[in-house]
Amino acid sequence: MLRFLGQRLLLMIPTVVVPLVLVFLLLRLAPGDPAAQILGDQASPSEIAALRSEMGLDLPLPVQFVLWAKNIVTLKLGTSFFFKQPVIDLLPQYALVTLQIALAALFLAVALGSILGVVAAINKDGVLDRGLVGVAVLGISLPEFWLALLLIFLFAVTLRWFPVSGYVPPADGLLASAATIALPALALGIRQSALITRMMRSSMLDVLGEPYIVTARAQGLPEAMVIGRYAVRTAAIPVVTVAGLSASYLLSGAVSIELIFSLPGLGKLLIDAVARRDYPVVEGAVLLIALMLAALNLIIDVVYALLDPRVRMG
Amino acid sequence: MTMAATDAMLDTPPTPAGPWRRLLRNRTAVFAISVLAALAVLALAAPYLTNAQPLRISPGIRLKPPRPQNWFGTDHLGRDMFALVLFGGRTSLLVGLLVTLISMSVAITLGLVAGFYRRVDMVLMRLVDGLMAFPSIVLATAAAGYLGPSVTTVIVALSIVLIAPVLRVVRGQILVLRELPMIEAARAVGVPDRRILARYLLPAIMSPLLVQASFIFSAAVLGEAALSFVGLGVGARDVSWGSALAEARNYIQNAWWIVVFPGAALVLTILSLNLLGDALRDSLDPRLARR
Repeated sequence: MLRFLGQRLLLMIPTVVVPLVLVFLLLRLAPGDPAAQILGDQASPSEIAALRSEMGLDLPLPVQFVLWAKNIVTLKLGTSFFFKQPVIDLLPQYALVTLQIALAALFLAVALGSILGVVAAINKDGVLDRGLVGVAVLGISLPEFWLALLLIFLFAVTLRWFPVSGYVPPADGLLASAATIALPALALGIRQSALITRMMRSSMLDVLGEPYIVTARAQGLPEAMVIGRYAVRTAAIPVVTVAGLSASYLLSGAVSIELIFSLPGLGKLLIDAVARRDYPVVEGAVLLIALMLAALNLIIDVVYALLDPRVRMG
Repeated sequence: MTMAATDAMLDTPPTPAGPWRRLLRNRTAVFAISVLAALAVLALAAPYLTNAQPLRISPGIRLKPPRPQNWFGTDHLGRDMFALVLFGGRTSLLVGLLVTLISMSVAITLGLVAGFYRRVDMVLMRLVDGLMAFPSIVLATAAAGYLGPSVTTVIVALSIVLIAPVLRVVRGQILVLRELPMIEAARAVGVPDRRILARYLLPAIMSPLLVQASFIFSAAVLGEAALSFVGLGVGARDVSWGSALAEARNYIQNAWWIVVFPGAALVLTILSLNLLGDALRDSLDPRLARR
């Protein structure tokens, strides 16, 4: 298992390095001068030049790259041009919002998706199965931002169960915080749960045709045990992949949902920081997202290995 | 082969119909194709179906509910929603089509090479892993910074983002196919690599690619709407379902028509593409269809 983990860790390096190098180049090569942006229209060319050299932007690109790489490796993420705050202090509060919504949406997606997928598979071609297959394909076709608008109309404007927008951190009351992320998590989770339903159904149908299931039934095991103990466990393996993709999508910050519900999450932070040419914030956020995705992939690999012992051998 | 599988084969009569015949016998597929064809016709004929200019602002008729002069009502700027939906369809379908063509051709070329040459594979796939960990919103924002918000910007950004998933599918298929005896035979008699790739491997992956194409098309339509919704998509000079919805949130309480019509058009398009993808998969791969 240790050897397996070591290999996985090595494979993670490019998934962190490539996005960082990409963002470095994209920012440096994009038109627009951060110094001019910060100082505004009134600044004279000499003031801009002074700030540029203070920020190290007048150095040749390869030199900037080396300095930047050194800072990233030592986790010196710098100070935000806009917030005038160290990036390392800024990131956690935004990451918390995204993490909270992502976990709630993922929980909904996996729980609902797995159950509906299994129910559809054991009723194959029945009314329930046809209904669920139809609902699932509709579910994957609903744009999240549109679903969010409909949910706001129903649950916030008409029924007044949840606030229309805004965010309350968990420290200021768990229930109030949960109420602010309920609709965003629902809007994000429904599409992902439809994806998982489809995967779970087709994976269950594969497994239910396997000889070992036929044997288990032939030996007179109760159907609930055949499904619950033998079939679902094997069928869950490909579902883990889909759930992992859902999780990585949710962790990257769903910008449209954060905008609709005025949530201060990573997506909102990123889109604002790129627009403001706030390089340290963009780089810090991309680093954080890349690290979270790398950790997620590691978790998925371990879950795989736990579910399917053959993975550990290979 | 197991008993169960043999029995299943004997139970199912051999179907002489080819994949296309099977597709046309599938009611869902026929429905999806008809809807898409109708949407395409409506989008193309947009200037003949309405006299209203989609972008003309008429402050005098702001937020009017659906009525004979404005079938789908008007938005907060007094723009005719019916014209916005019709002309928005042009943007959606154009972006979907071009993004599918561009990302698929790049992904197929790279995927064939990666699957066939192991050394290229190692490097390329790590790059793809890294690209997939890159937040696409940063790419879209940066692209909008370079090129300004426009239809072209959206097409470029979405094409880059959608290369990776197709590339993985192509490469996965090639990794399996390259071990087949027919490829070994072709190599043994000295067929050059390029010919093996183009004449043996590419045709063999056409069916899964066709399925991918419909899902990529749907992802592109969805992506364009999402980008335009957050203001990173088509600029103010172009019409899109996503940008028509951008302001809808503020008027949701008193103007449901702004939310419902562009959204319904969007969902109908994406749903049809997904249904078509499912139907294609079933009819091109009979092993799956039997399930």
